[in-house]
Amino acid sequence: MPVQDYEVVIGLEVHAELKTNSKIFCSCTTEFGGEQNTHVCPVCLGLPGVLPVLNKQVVEFAVMTGLALNCKIAEFSKFDRKNYYYPDLPKNYQVSQYDLPIAEHGYLEITVNDEHKRIGITRVHMEEDAGKLVHAGATISQSDYSLVDYNRTGVPLVEIVSEPDLRSPEEAKAYLEKLKAILQYTEVSDCKMEEGSLRCDANISLRHWGAKEFGTKTELKNMNSFKALQRAVEYEIERQAQILDEGGRIVQETRTWDDNKGVSLSLRSKEEAHDYRYFPEPDLVPLVIDREWVDRVKAGLPELPDARQKRYVEQLGLPEYDAMVITGSKAMAEFFEACLEHYRDAKAISNWVMGELSRLLNAHGMEITESRVKPRDLAKMLQLLEQGTISSKIAKTVFEEVFATGKDPEAIVREKGLVQISDEGAIGAIVDKIVEANPQSVADFKAGKDRAVGFLVGQVMKETKGKANPGLVNKLLLERLHKN
Amino acid sequence: MTLHKLTAHEAHELLIKKEVSSVELIQAVLDRIDAVEGRVKAFVSITRDEALAKAKEVDARIKAGEAIGPLAGVPMVLKDNMCTKGIKTTCSSKILHNFVPPYNATVVEKLAAAGAVVVGKANLDEFAMGSSTENSGFFATRNPWNTEAVPGGSSGGSAASVAAGEAIYSLGSDTGGSIRQPASFCGVVGLKPTYGYVSRYGLIAFASSLDQIGPFTKDVRDSAQVMNVIAGHDPKDSTSAPVEVPDFTKFLTGDIKGLKIGIPKEYFVDGMEPGVEAAVKGAIAKLQELGAVVEECSLPHTEYALPVYYLIAPAEASSNLARYDGVRYGYRHEEAEDIISMYKKTRSEGFGAEVKRRIMLGTYALSSGYYDAYYLKALKVRTLIKDDFDKAFEKFDVLLSPTAPSTAFRFGEKADNPIQMYLSDIFTMSVNLAGIPGISIPCGFSNGMPVGLQLMGKAFDEGTLFRVAHAFEQSSDYHQARANL
Repeated sequence: MPVQDYEVVIGLEVHAELKTNSKIFCSCTTEFGGEQNTHVCPVCLGLPGVLPVLNKQVVEFAVMTGLALNCKIAEFSKFDRKNYYYPDLPKNYQVSQYDLPIAEHGYLEITVNDEHKRIGITRVHMEEDAGKLVHAGATISQSDYSLVDYNRTGVPLVEIVSEPDLRSPEEAKAYLEKLKAILQYTEVSDCKMEEGSLRCDANISLRHWGAKEFGTKTELKNMNSFKALQRAVEYEIERQAQILDEGGRIVQETRTWDDNKGVSLSLRSKEEAHDYRYFPEPDLVPLVIDREWVDRVKAGLPELPDARQKRYVEQLGLPEYDAMVITGSKAMAEFFEACLEHYRDAKAISNWVMGELSRLLNAHGMEITESRVKPRDLAKMLQLLEQGTISSKIAKTVFEEVFATGKDPEAIVREKGLVQISDEGAIGAIVDKIVEANPQSVADFKAGKDRAVGFLVGQVMKETKGKANPGLVNKLLLERLHKN
Repeated sequence: MTLHKLTAHEAHELLIKKEVSSVELIQAVLDRIDAVEGRVKAFVSITRDEALAKAKEVDARIKAGEAIGPLAGVPMVLKDNMCTKGIKTTCSSKILHNFVPPYNATVVEKLAAAGAVVVGKANLDEFAMGSSTENSGFFATRNPWNTEAVPGGSSGGSAASVAAGEAIYSLGSDTGGSIRQPASFCGVVGLKPTYGYVSRYGLIAFASSLDQIGPFTKDVRDSAQVMNVIAGHDPKDSTSAPVEVPDFTKFLTGDIKGLKIGIPKEYFVDGMEPGVEAAVKGAIAKLQELGAVVEECSLPHTEYALPVYYLIAPAEASSNLARYDGVRYGYRHEEAEDIISMYKKTRSEGFGAEVKRRIMLGTYALSSGYYDAYYLKALKVRTLIKDDFDKAFEKFDVLLSPTAPSTAFRFGEKADNPIQMYLSDIFTMSVNLAGIPGISIPCGFSNGMPVGLQLMGKAFDEGTLFRVAHAFEQSSDYHQARANL
C-alpha cells in the first residue's frame, strides 16, 4: 500500500530557550557562546550544598507563552526533579515540571493549502537546559574522550507539547513556523534553531484511514532546521508505511535523525526508556500564581501574528496570502510597517518585501535583520517609481544596489544617471530612428503581427539603456506606426 | 584556668574584660585537641593556621576598642557537611575525600561575620546517614564519656568535640535526630531549629525537606546566642522562611509558671532503658515544681514516623546524591572503559554500605509503579503526623519526651542491624517530619552515661523551648558535668 493509504499522526515537542538575562536558578548570564565553562557558578554546576532560586522573569515569560498559545494558566504549579544520568547534567537530575505545569489546554492556528486548522497545545512547562558534550573526534563514536561545556546549563527553557493533531509534514512545518513566530512576537525567545535556542522532537504514527486507535508511535529527535524536520518526518512516514505494508509492526522507540545521511537511527527502545522517577523538587517552594498578575501580563502581551494578519487584511487591504507571509516573521512584519511609515501603498511594499527583498535575502542566506536595506530606502525607491523618475526595470537595478551597499536610492539614481527619460521629444526621436532602422518589423506590424511592437519597444529601451519611460515609448511607438 | 571548659558566654566575658585573648583561647582549645583527639577522633580536618589568623584579627579589634559580638574570637567546630571555601569538605565520604568547595555555606558566612573562629571540621556518619558515626567513611568518633561507646550520630564529631572540650560550641545538622540524639549521648545541648529558620545553602544535602542546621553548646544560653547569629532568611535558600529573628536570650527568664507541657504517651515505649525513663520522669517532676502544668497527651500517628521517614529521606537522598558520579569533582574510578562503568565503579567504591542502602531504598520508592504506594503515601502520612502536632499545640506550649530510648550504646552493638540503629532515632524523627523545633538538654545519667530530655515546640517558637530548657537547666547542674577524659 502506498503512503496515501495511511493517515499520518504527528505531535511535536518543542523546546525554546527563554531570552532572560540570567539563568533560571542563578545569576549567571544566558548569553550564547563564550569561552567554555565561563558562564558558570556553584549553583548551575550543581556543586555539593547549593540550592536553586527561581528567576521570576522565567515564570513571566512562561506565562506569556501560555497566554499567547491560548492556554489556561495554572493557579498552583510546582517544579519536579527528572532523574537520569548524563555527563552534561551536573546534578544528574533536571529541574522540570511534571504533573502541574504552568500552562495547559491551549491551541494555535495554522494555514496549509488555504485551509485553516486549529492545533491543540497540551501543555507548556518550564525547565532548565543541560550543558553540551564536546567530542574529541568528529562524532561520539569516533572519539576517545569527550569534554563538557556547562555554559548552557541552567538556561531557562519552555517545553511546548502539541496534541497529536498534525496530519502531514507540511502541517508540522507550518505549526513550528507559527509557534516560532508567536514566541518571537512575544519576545520570550530568539528561536534560533542553528544556535539550539529552538529545538523540536516529533512523535509520529500511522493508522488506516477511519481507524479510531492511534498506531504505535516513534519519537524522532535531533532535527536542527525546518528543512530537517520536514525531511525527517517524511522519511519516518515512508519507513513506517513500508514496515506496515510488509505486514510488520512498528517498534515503539526513540530515533535520532542524521541530516547528512538523510536517515533516522534507533536510539533506544521502549524497554530501554528511562524511568525518570519524577518527584516534587524539595529545594523550591510551589508557585501560587496570582490571577491579577496574570491579567496584567495578558494585558501587556504584544499583538500576535494572527491579529496582525487580520489587521493587514482588514485595514491595509492586503491579500490574505501577503498578510500571512509578511506576518509569519516578526522581523519582516516590522520592516513592512516601518516602510509603511514612509510610503502609503501597502500592496506595493508587500510586493517588494515578498519579491525582490526576500529573493535577495534567500540568495545571500541572510535574515531581514541583517539586511542593509533600510525601510526608508525601500519607501524612497517606491516613490521614485511612482513619480516616474525611474522605471520598474531600473528599480530592480537600484534595489540590488541598495541591498549590496545600503546607499540611498536617490543617490544611486543620480550617480548612475538612471533617471527615466520622459521627454516626448527625446523619446520620439529615438522611436523615429528605430522605426526607420527596422522596416521588416514595421511590415510585420502592418500585416497584423502585434508581436512586432514588443520587439520595437525592446529596441527603444535598449537604445536608452532601459531609462525610457516604457508607457511613453509604447504610446509614441504606436502613434508612429499608425502614422506610417 | 582550663579555658577549653568555658561556655561561649563565659569566654566572651573574659575576652571583653581582656583577661584572655582570642589567641590564648584558640591555643588552649588546640592544646586540648592535641591532648585528647587521639582518643576522641572527632575531627576530619583541624584548621589550626586559619584559626590562629582569625583569632589575631579579633584580638586586634578588641585592642582597637571595637565592640565585639558574643561569638567573636570563640573557637568552634563545623560538621564536615557544611561547605567552607578553600577548606576540604568531605561529608566523611570517600567520594568527596578531596572536595574543596569554592564557596562558603551561608552559616559559615554568618559566623565569619560574627567573628567566630573555626578550629576544625567534625566527623559524621557518611552524608549524615547514621546514628553512631560508625558509618563515617574514614573512622568512628568516640564518646568522651566512655570511649568504648558511640557518640551518637550523625553529628557525632560535632557533639563529641564540644563534650571533650575540643570546641566551645559546634554546628551539626539534623535530618531525623542527628543533632539531638548525639547531644543526648554526649551530655550537651543540641537544637534542631524549625525547618526554614537556618539557611541550608552550603549544607551538603541528605534529605532536603528535612535537613536543618543547629548548634551544639554546653548550655542553653549559648544555644540561644548561636541561633541569634545563624537564624534568619537567606535569599539563596528558597525554603528559608522570611521571618524576623528575635533576640533569643530574651526568653531566658527562668520563669515557666503556668506553662503547659504535654507528655505524648507514645514516647514512653516498652524496652526503653530504665535509667532514661527515670531521669526524664525526674525532670518532669522538677518542671512541675517550677510551676509548669504537665499533662499526658497523644500523637496518634507516631508509630508511622519511622516508615514515613525511611521512605521520604532516602527518596530525596537518592536524587541528591546522584551528582557524585566522578565526572566533575571528588573520587573517580580511573580505569573504566566507558561512562556507564565509570559511574558504576566510582559510586560502588566511593559510597559506603549505609549510603548505598538508602540510595537503593529511595530509588525503589520513587520508581514507576511504586511511587503512589510508597512515596506519595508517605507524604500523606507526613501530613497526618504534622496534624498531630498542630492539634497538640492547640493545648500545650511545648511537648516533652526522652531524646532517645537509650544512652550511648557500644561500638558494633547495632552496626549490623540497620533497623535497631534506625530505632535509636524513633523519638526524634517526627519533629523533622513536622518541621518543628526540638531541643535536647542533659537531664541526668543512666549507668554513668548522660541522658537527654527532648522539648518540642511550635514552628518558629524556639523562644519557648529556650525558656523551658533554661529554667530546667537553672534548677539542675547536669549541664556543668564534664566528661572525664
